[in-house]
Amino acid sequence: MPTLWFMIVAVMLAAYVVLDGFDLGAGIIYLFAARTSDERRTILRSIGPVWDGNEVWLLATGGTLYFAFPQLYASGFSGFYLPLMIVLWLLMLRAIGIEFRTHVDSPVWQSFFDVVFFASSALLAIFFGAALGNVIRGVPLAADGYFFEPLWTNFRVGAQNGILDWYTVMAGVVALVTLTIHGSLYVVTKTEGDIAQRARGIALGLGPVQLLLTLLSLVATYYIRPQVMDNYRNYPVGLLVPVLVLASLVLIFWWTRTNKEKLAFVASGVYITVMLVGAVFALYPLVLPASTDPSYSLTIYNSAAGHHGLVVGVTWWSLGAVIAVGYFVFLYRMFRGKVRLEGGGY
Amino acid sequence: MDSALLVHRLHFAFTVTFHYLFPQLTMGIAPLIVVLKTLGLRRNDEIYNQAARFWARIFGINFVLGVVTGIPMEFQFGTNWSVFSRFAGGVIGQTLAMEGMFAFFLESAFLGLFLFGEKRLSPRAHWWSAVAVFLGSWLSGYFIIATDAWMQHPVGYTLAPDGSAQLTSFWQLVLNPWAWWQYAHNMSGAGITGSFVMASVGAFYLLAGKYAGHARKFVKVGVIAGCAFSIVQIFPTGDGQGRMIAHNQPVTLAAMEGLFNGQPGAPLVLIGQPDVPQRKIDNPIVIPNMLSFLTYRRWKAEVRGLNSFPPDQWPDNLPLLYFSYHIMVGLGTIFIAIMVVSVFLLWRGKLYNARWMLWILLLSLPFPYIANTAGWMTAELGRQPWVVYGLMRTAEGYSKTVSAGNGMFTLLGFMGMYLVLGILFLFLVRREIERGPAADVVLAH
Repeated sequence: MPTLWFMIVAVMLAAYVVLDGFDLGAGIIYLFAARTSDERRTILRSIGPVWDGNEVWLLATGGTLYFAFPQLYASGFSGFYLPLMIVLWLLMLRAIGIEFRTHVDSPVWQSFFDVVFFASSALLAIFFGAALGNVIRGVPLAADGYFFEPLWTNFRVGAQNGILDWYTVMAGVVALVTLTIHGSLYVVTKTEGDIAQRARGIALGLGPVQLLLTLLSLVATYYIRPQVMDNYRNYPVGLLVPVLVLASLVLIFWWTRTNKEKLAFVASGVYITVMLVGAVFALYPLVLPASTDPSYSLTIYNSAAGHHGLVVGVTWWSLGAVIAVGYFVFLYRMFRGKVRLEGGGY
Repeated sequence: MDSALLVHRLHFAFTVTFHYLFPQLTMGIAPLIVVLKTLGLRRNDEIYNQAARFWARIFGINFVLGVVTGIPMEFQFGTNWSVFSRFAGGVIGQTLAMEGMFAFFLESAFLGLFLFGEKRLSPRAHWWSAVAVFLGSWLSGYFIIATDAWMQHPVGYTLAPDGSAQLTSFWQLVLNPWAWWQYAHNMSGAGITGSFVMASVGAFYLLAGKYAGHARKFVKVGVIAGCAFSIVQIFPTGDGQGRMIAHNQPVTLAAMEGLFNGQPGAPLVLIGQPDVPQRKIDNPIVIPNMLSFLTYRRWKAEVRGLNSFPPDQWPDNLPLLYFSYHIMVGLGTIFIAIMVVSVFLLWRGKLYNARWMLWILLLSLPFPYIANTAGWMTAELGRQPWVVYGLMRTAEGYSKTVSAGNGMFTLLGFMGMYLVLGILFLFLVRREIERGPAADVVLAH
């Protein structure tokens, strides 16, 4: 049961990053791929009907984490207090950046919300990446299962960890580049003309950077936490991870170059999913390693909820997931095709 | 009181109070929009459709603020109340996760279609999207209420060896009897907000001599719905909740009512200031025997007073609890009066010209918000000193690793952010009201 829920939460998290990730990416390239107000509205319309539903995956994941692994939820959220609060403020700003922009027809109003949308999207990508970095690197858990990390200490990885150190900032940059490419590819599939060309250019230009950062991050991860390779050594099926990561990186670049942007976008989604899967596979059965005493680490066993709750959850969760996927399929099909500015609504 | 505890209590209380200002309108207006759209479809009357579009524009602004202020709430159980979360998560995490899986996906998937997709959909399909958003918002309400209901009245659980609460019965959790009355009362409260706001805007337009056709629809729908919700709010839902509190949380009832001394034939205090150290109410205006009757349906029934409970079981901020409750009930009674008179005037065909009544409807707009807030304060202050009734005290549940300094930093941050958001909200809603329902505004990004 705990293992099953570990996998479910991982899948939900991947769904969130793949979906809301392109909303964030669209926000990151927003000021660069779109120069005129009409172009900006086009990008907003490309994510407009779907961004809120995409964001719900974050809430659904958080809620599921809460009932399946209450100790991890309690420990992680209080320990990561400040960055979580910052993420909340950024989510708020991103939402109003999107939704309030076109309410007033003033260039001052609109450019203000343009910058809010861009900055919050970029910072969210960095913080999410840094969050994952923290989970991999480990946190100063005490014997009672709680911890608290300040935003930064000395930027070194060691005895006194801060949320932001060289490793987690690097993880943040990896996330930033990844989601920028992901969002660019989405924008290419939904737009035409200058916007699509610029977005495509951004994706192509960042491709080599993404490859380099991926390799660097793997090396860095091994350097700060050699144990990540244990599961890979013991379970050869793990080899699929680097193979798929490399394959998807190549395919993203190749398909973008050959104007098969929809396939490139799918490859980008695969890259994100496999990177996340690779990270949690490396951690399993840990969910939050302790940088203090290894016996203080949170695992799926010592942080899971009671058996009955987990069993009961499988039923309603499955029902909910099937229905939710149904909504998404319906919604995306309703708004398929390139974004048009003329006419009302969409 | 430990300063970290106070900061964490204020943190949650402030953010959730501000947040709830928006969902109550969302949940209150959503069914009314469905009504307007239904009338538009049935009678083939474009005024109803324009009315629905107007309220959809306001709904959209309001919904965004609800989402934006709501996300911090789910996270805040973990950030500021981690010890409580570890204790209760195995149980209430279920209802909170279900809210995400079932209600939020439903609402957010169809919101875009509802707000922006009218031209893409047939009238029938667009009507369905409005229904979907309405159902999603009301479903969301149920899961949150079920969560709070468990905190007020824990059921369907057992205590594990490590001291945490673990779920033993899904259906007991989801069908907690406390939740039924609380949900009904809460939704009716939201209905009051929605209907009063609609009637108030309609009254404004009638008084200003603008958009009379639309305004009459707003006033008519608003006062009929408002009348129904106001009455239901007191009876049966308010009564039901009150008697449930008397049965399961008698010390809370005594505190709410300011009943220091238990007695048969207990009086109902209408107003008066509680003096807690001296255990009395100053200059009270009371109805003799009424509390006994309301609580137990017998004029001479014994109602326990605060004196029969040890002081460490008393809610810890008695005057605030007492006044929250009395403000809520006082306003609730006034709402019935306003709406019953309005409906009577409507029935006699005089409402649209009764300027005195239109002024009352216009000026009443903020009061449902105050009443709903007071109601939630009653519920949550009444639950004190427990965070999970009888199982965990509030003082035990906050995040011990998060210092008062960190909590204060983020509390101030939220206060600043919400001040700005509130101003933006008022500015944008005012623009919509200014533009009016006849404008051929096409909502779009």
